[in-house]
Order: sequence, then C-alpha cells, then structure tokens
Amino acid sequence: MHQFLRLSRVLVRALIHAVPTVIGIVILDFFLLRLAPGDAADVMAGESGAATEETMAALRSRFGLDLPALDQLLAYLSNLAHFSLGYSPRYNMPVSDLILQRLPSSLGLMGISLVLALVIGIALGVVMATQAGRWPDRLLSVLALLFYSVPSFWIGLMLIVLFSVKLGWLPSGGAGSIGTDATGLAALLDQARYMLLPALSLSLFYVAIYARLARAAMLEVRSQDFIRTARAKGLSPAAVTLRHALRNALLPVTTIAGVHLGGLMGGAVVVETVYSWPGLGRLAYEAVMSRDFTVLLGVLLLSSVLVILANVVVDLLQAWLDPRIEAAS
Amino acid sequence: MAAVLDVRHLSIAFPRATPVPDLSFTIEEGETLALVGESGSGKSLTALALMRLLPRNARLGEASRILFSGRNIAQLPEPEMRRLRGRDMAMIFQEPMTSLNPVMTVGRQVAEVLELHEGLSRRAARKRATELLDLVRIPEAHRRLDAYPHQFSGGQRQRVMIAVAIAAHPRLLIADEPTTALDVTIQAQILELLDQLRRDLSMALLLITHDLGVVAQWADRVIALYAGHKVEEARPQLLFGTPAHPYTQGLLAASPRLRADYHYSDGPLIEIPGSIVSAVGEKGCPFAPRCPVARATCRTAMPPLLPQGDGHFVACPVTTLREAPHGHSVGL
Repeated sequence: MHQFLRLSRVLVRALIHAVPTVIGIVILDFFLLRLAPGDAADVMAGESGAATEETMAALRSRFGLDLPALDQLLAYLSNLAHFSLGYSPRYNMPVSDLILQRLPSSLGLMGISLVLALVIGIALGVVMATQAGRWPDRLLSVLALLFYSVPSFWIGLMLIVLFSVKLGWLPSGGAGSIGTDATGLAALLDQARYMLLPALSLSLFYVAIYARLARAAMLEVRSQDFIRTARAKGLSPAAVTLRHALRNALLPVTTIAGVHLGGLMGGAVVVETVYSWPGLGRLAYEAVMSRDFTVLLGVLLLSSVLVILANVVVDLLQAWLDPRIEAAS
Repeated sequence: MAAVLDVRHLSIAFPRATPVPDLSFTIEEGETLALVGESGSGKSLTALALMRLLPRNARLGEASRILFSGRNIAQLPEPEMRRLRGRDMAMIFQEPMTSLNPVMTVGRQVAEVLELHEGLSRRAARKRATELLDLVRIPEAHRRLDAYPHQFSGGQRQRVMIAVAIAAHPRLLIADEPTTALDVTIQAQILELLDQLRRDLSMALLLITHDLGVVAQWADRVIALYAGHKVEEARPQLLFGTPAHPYTQGLLAASPRLRADYHYSDGPLIEIPGSIVSAVGEKGCPFAPRCPVARATCRTAMPPLLPQGDGHFVACPVTTLREAPHGHSVGL
C-alpha cells in the first residue's frame, strides 16, 4: 500500500510536468519546420510535372498554407485542442489515421529493440564486471566499442547480407509475410522473424552503451560496504551479484535508457528505411521529403509524448528500484 | 575452556607490504577478546582474514593457521568457507550507514541469512526475522520489517546488522569497531546489547577497537597490536594497572578519560611522538623509532613475547627487566 502511494505520487507529478512541455515542443517544432524552403504545394506541383499559379494558390488555400505563420500555428493548436492532428495534403487523409497505421509496428520495433538492448547490454556488463581485467572482459570491451562505433545502417546491411542473402534464414525486409492467413502463435512467429534483424541492428549500438554502463556501475557497487556484508553472510558470488549488486547498479542504466528512447526514434528512421519497415520513422522521412509538415508535426508531437511517457516509466521504475527516491525529493 | 579460535602465525601480505607479519592468539568459548591498536595496526585486516574476506590482492602466508573449532580454515576452499560465514562465524562492521543494502528491506536482509543457513521457508524466515529484530530491541519490529535501511538511525542500523550476524547462532562474532561511527550514548547501548547476546547465545566475541574505554569496560582479555605485531596481552585490569610495553604505556598516558580524577583541560594532552608509518621496513621492534627507552638491540630483531605471569605477555625486553612500573591509577 505504501509502495503504491509512493509510486502514484511520482506518476501524478510527472504528468503535471508533461503538459507545458508538450505545448512548448509543438510551438518550437512549428517554427523550426518553417525554416525549410518550400511547402507541400511546391512538392506536389513538382511531382505532377507542371502546375499553374492558380492551381498552386488553390492548393495552398485549401490546406491553409497561404495564411500567415501565426494564424497557421493558432489553427494547428486549436486542432490539437480538439484532439485532431490535422489533415495531410499529400496522403489526403487525417494525420491521426496515418500515424495510427504506422504506430504499432514502430512501437513494436522500438520496444523490442530497447528490451533487447537492455537485456543483452546488462547481461554483458555483469559478465564484464565479474571478469574485470581478464580476457573475457577485454574481448567484450572491444566488441562493445565496435558496436558503438559502427553505424546502424551498415550493421543492418551486413546482417541482411549474412542472414538473408548468404544463409537465407531471415527475410531481408517488410513486416510480415504477404498472403498468409496464419493466426495466433504462427502469426506471431512470422512477425518475429521479420522483426529480428531490424531490432538487432537498431539495438546493437545501445547494447554497447548499456554494457559499458552496467560494467562501470557494477564495479562501483562491488566495492561498497553492503557487498562485503552480503559476502560475510556466506552468500554465493552469484547471489551477491544478482541479489545485492545488480539492483543497485541498474539505477544509472535505467536513467540513460529513458533518455535513449528519443534517440531510438531517430535510429528507427534509418533502420526502417534499410529494412523497408512500415513505421513512423519512415513516415517522418517521407513527410520531410514531401514537405508535408502537418504529418511531420504529428510525428514529432507523438514522439515527444513518447519520450515524456518513457521518462515517466523510468521515474516509476527508479522509484520502485530505489526506495530512497520519494515524490518529494 | 576450549578455544573457539586458535590463530597461529597469521601473516597477511600485499604485493608491496606485509601489514601483519606473524600474529598468534586464541579466543576461548564465550570470551570477549579485544584487539586494540591505532589505525594501520592491522586489526581490521586480521578480522577480515579470519572471515577469509581479504581484498583480492592480499595473501595469507603459507604458515598461517586459523583453527576454528579445531579445524584449520586458512586454506579452506571457498564453497566450504561460505558454509561457515554467517553461520558459525559472523561479522559486523564499522559503518552501519553503508553496511546494509539500501534497496532491500531490513526484514529481507535478516531473513536472507535464515533461508541460506537454516533452510527456513520465506514465511518462517520472516517470522524469525521479526523475533530477531525484537531481540536486538528494534521497537515495533513487526512493523519495521518492511522498512528500508534509510528509514533507520545509525544505532538502529547497527542493531539490524547485529540481528543479521546472530541470526544463525554463530560461535564467534567479530565486531570491527562496531561503535566508532555512533554517538557516545548509542555506543554504550550497542556494546551492552553485544555483551548480553554474547552471554545469552554463548558466543565468543572478538571486539576490534581503538577505544580504550570500551576495552576497559567490556573485554575479558586485551591484545595490543602495533604494526601487525602483538606487543602486549593481558586482562584489562592488568593492562591498565601495570602496562609493560612502552607503546601501551604511551597509549594509556594519551587517554585522559581513562583516569577518573583527570580532566583533559587539567594539563597538556600527552601524545606518543612520531607515527606508525615509521614502522614500515623496520627490522626489529616496529615501535623502536618512537620508543623512549629503545636500545640498539631493539632495532635488530623483534623481541619475543614473554610471559610475565598471570596471563600477562609483553614483547619488550627493556621494560620487563625492571619492575613493571606502577602508579597508573586507572578508574576501572
């Protein structure tokens, strides 16, 4: 009960902070996007090969692109206040429908990647810390440095070359087999096959970060007095590491992981393009190319909400991991 | 009485130094043995060596024997050593503020020992943990079981540490400066608790301290350590009444609060000149560089520890040739 109250206090506080943050982000994004030359009408005209001044003006007035910037902002904000993300001139459909179409696959990819990165990263970090200075630690350190410095699109391409082209084990792109009417477990397995390579390429960079972070945190915790107490109790090294050291070492890792969710979104643009994954990252990329700022604003708004939500989750997680963190502090 | 612990020729070496070259002592059943000495005298290292919890780069000498209930544990393999730790021999540490895991409830930290060594179920261990917290006089133990260490005061945390240590009825409890980090009023309570538990559970207690007042009040026997060497051993009455080693004499002279008729503002405070660092690399008696009565022979070989009668042992040929000095009126 006490635990529940404590966590709900953390939650309420985080949500109160979230509203002004989101509004600020929307306004900032709006003006940033206006710095780019051209608009949706230009792109559409360019793609159709020819257009008259009149059709361009008609297009602009239809989507409100001819209004002064401030009016456009107010119109957008008023839309938002009515829980609408606006209308895409390019796709000719409401932005919210567009985003909802893409959101599940993107969230799935990001979620799986983050979980993979955390699980593999922390496990490697713990192994590195227990073997500190010996050859497994050195080997893994070099590997982590490699993952850290190689760009994710290259890792993606190499994984495709190895697992799709040479070995033929996994599909090279897409989000599911076309034309199968599999249900239940079979459908899930099918999706997992498509998910594996993109998730892996997206997560390897973060695996490297978390491994190094977890290693450092574990080494620091290991020299603390309560670890000596745990050993004096007669606990096995595994129990000391997993029960006493790991939970204390997780705190710095979760802090960073929350910050990374935003970065993960950026990485997803590249990885989704490499694997032709129908996610938000690719939608954002296409929206930039076609100057479809309503869509882009929607995606940016959504990702900022996601980042804020992730931070709330991290706050909750930390409050759960560390009883010393109180809502008041 | 049988010895719970019989330590012979204990030596602890680091790659560049040997802080404890050769130390022998015993602890009888149910006895409180105090190990006194200043910082750097090797007393904490000795305690860690007994638990076999020395830092990785420290090595026990080949000839070291640690007979625990007659069994040599100096070279015991780690898995077997783990069965002893926390069950037959337990230890509490100097810093109660950091010695408990901050993210685990105190109940779990006590129950953990019971599950490990007594094979109790989670439920039974929890019940027993409540009783133990009660035993170490944590008020409202059943309610405090699910609290975290940061919700306890320093003295209470040390009580929790004691509950963890005595959970599996150890035969030997090692207390490494258990009250150094605590208020003076709390110190007395903790020591009283330790002493009572020692009697009730018939444990032997190895009390490591630099506080001579604690020694005078609670110890059955005292060993004075200097730079890893035992320089004097006696019952407290003897040690404080007729200290024979120049180091012990200096130590007592420098402790104004042991003398009932003396207040520290009555005169200048006395100190032993020099520092224990001067013992490094000394071939003979490690105290020789600071000793007011040292002779040339003191600097060539460590003087042997010789019996003076009545369980009094001294490692100083200079002071023991004469009559042991009198006149230290100690308020015991």
